[in-house]
Amino acid sequence: MSLERLLGQPLRVINLGLEVFALELEAAGITVVHVDWRPPAGDARTIELLARLEESDE
Amino acid sequence: MAVRAVVWRSSYQDSMVLMRVAGSLRALPGVREAAALMGTPANLELLAAAGLATPEAKGAGPGDLILAVDAATEAQAQAALEAARGLLEERRRVREAAGRALPRTLDSALRQLPDANLAMISVPGAYAKYEARRALRRGLHVFLFSDHVPLEAEIELKRLAVGRGLLCMGPDCGTAYLNGVGLGFANVVPPGRVGCVAASGTGLQAVASHLAGLGEGLSHGVGVGGRDLSAEVGGLMTTFALQALAGDPGTEAVVLISKPPAESVMPRLQAALDAVGKPVVVCCLGATRPARTTATWVTTLEDAAEAAAARLGDRPWAPRPFTDPAAVRDLLPALWSDRRPRGPGLLGLYTGGTLAHEAHLLLSPLLGPVASNLGGAAGASPHRILDLGADEFTIGRPHPMLDPEGRAARVREAGRSAEVGVLLVDLVLGRAAHEDPARALAAAIREAREAAARDGRALAVVASVVGTECDPQGLRGQAAALEAAGAAVLPSNAQAARFAALALRPDLEPGLLGGAP
Repeated sequence: MSLERLLGQPLRVINLGLEVFALELEAAGITVVHVDWRPPAGDARTIELLARLEESDE
Repeated sequence: MAVRAVVWRSSYQDSMVLMRVAGSLRALPGVREAAALMGTPANLELLAAAGLATPEAKGAGPGDLILAVDAATEAQAQAALEAARGLLEERRRVREAAGRALPRTLDSALRQLPDANLAMISVPGAYAKYEARRALRRGLHVFLFSDHVPLEAEIELKRLAVGRGLLCMGPDCGTAYLNGVGLGFANVVPPGRVGCVAASGTGLQAVASHLAGLGEGLSHGVGVGGRDLSAEVGGLMTTFALQALAGDPGTEAVVLISKPPAESVMPRLQAALDAVGKPVVVCCLGATRPARTTATWVTTLEDAAEAAAARLGDRPWAPRPFTDPAAVRDLLPALWSDRRPRGPGLLGLYTGGTLAHEAHLLLSPLLGPVASNLGGAAGASPHRILDLGADEFTIGRPHPMLDPEGRAARVREAGRSAEVGVLLVDLVLGRAAHEDPARALAAAIREAREAAARDGRALAVVASVVGTECDPQGLRGQAAALEAAGAAVLPSNAQAARFAALALRPDLEPGLLGGAP
């Protein structure tokens, strides 16, 4: 999804965090999927390690 | 007195939902203080400071939800906790009734919406980097509202984004527009042909709203976050967005809104501005116009909109202190003929950070030193400007654009002070902002003026409203409410600041209004 393709294309949004933003977009007729986000378990170091592990798998 | 708390294990709720719950609890009978917070270490400190840290609350972890109240009686405390439980369960029922099984992760959301092109991220700052990185790696543009994201993380995210041809708007990006659609705290403005690149927040809101008032609309408004033009970030996203707008056929003019760029970034920024190949207006609040530039440099947000509209219409344009000097002349005699004593100082109470910064820049040359919480040296001065959205005022409290009561209390306090002669305020409308912010502000203005009058003093109140008639709150109704409370409402923040200076200093009239008509 390059920038040139985004500008001029309908927005399709994934919302993580404040639900009010998803509700506002929906009200404006934008397709949006709200994520029921929860903080991951573990301390900062564990979270960083897990993220790096996930990325190395991609 | 009864301090009671309950902890819901592994029960995450976003901060805006929790602020509303806490606000509802504070309005219940007998409740002196209430909190609804996730059990992060920072929040546990806040609870302790508020005297709400019960043993149950102290045992909560970052994934646990704490509801805590301080009420006059045990029964009232229990009733408030029950009410909170009811509010949160009602939300769950509404969601379940809508048949929504919400995904728990970005990847499961992507399975529901495989052609998603944007991730809006407003999770707590400590986790924002991971979600943003994941979104960028999945090829999504990112609107990153979260703040408290470390500088190194911002640099990493923006490098990743630029390398993949993606936008990383933020961190700390409050407002953006893509394809004419407002994201975050955005005013309802028409789609149009002006593309903006902005640190984000109220600067972009003000320019977008002024453009709408001039009959122009936005193609895109790319927020880049307040640190993008720092030496460390190097303008990565600003220059990338300028290139994108240069190549966008729907964008016919470009406006850049920011604080002054770091000196080391200036050559790169200049080159990017020169390469746009369309009319460019630059509003770097507080920066000096470079000697050689093809862009139109302006000093206020209103001028940025006016200059862009003029360049699109191929009309000559020159900045002017007031768009309607005659209306200003009509307002002034009533102020100046008031023989009651007036405090020597101007107090600016702002909800918009960029607006506070703009007012400070305009007022310092007119009034002399103006103290503030905006950074920089502050000598002794009768004049002061406060950005009430700054971190020191919003720890554990809603931003004043969401909850007008904190500022309203300060407005009332100003009415009791013999030091304050002129009060200067902003009011920011738009989606996601408070549904009727003028109501609380107008009531406080009325009370402040009455308190001053009881002491035999005059208090002038000067306001401006950022918004449009299409905003949920409606520009005209909000402005009328402030006027009915006795405020002079000017068409822009810059004009309000100049008018406030005139209210204190009639001798500024020849410079600002050109003397007698």
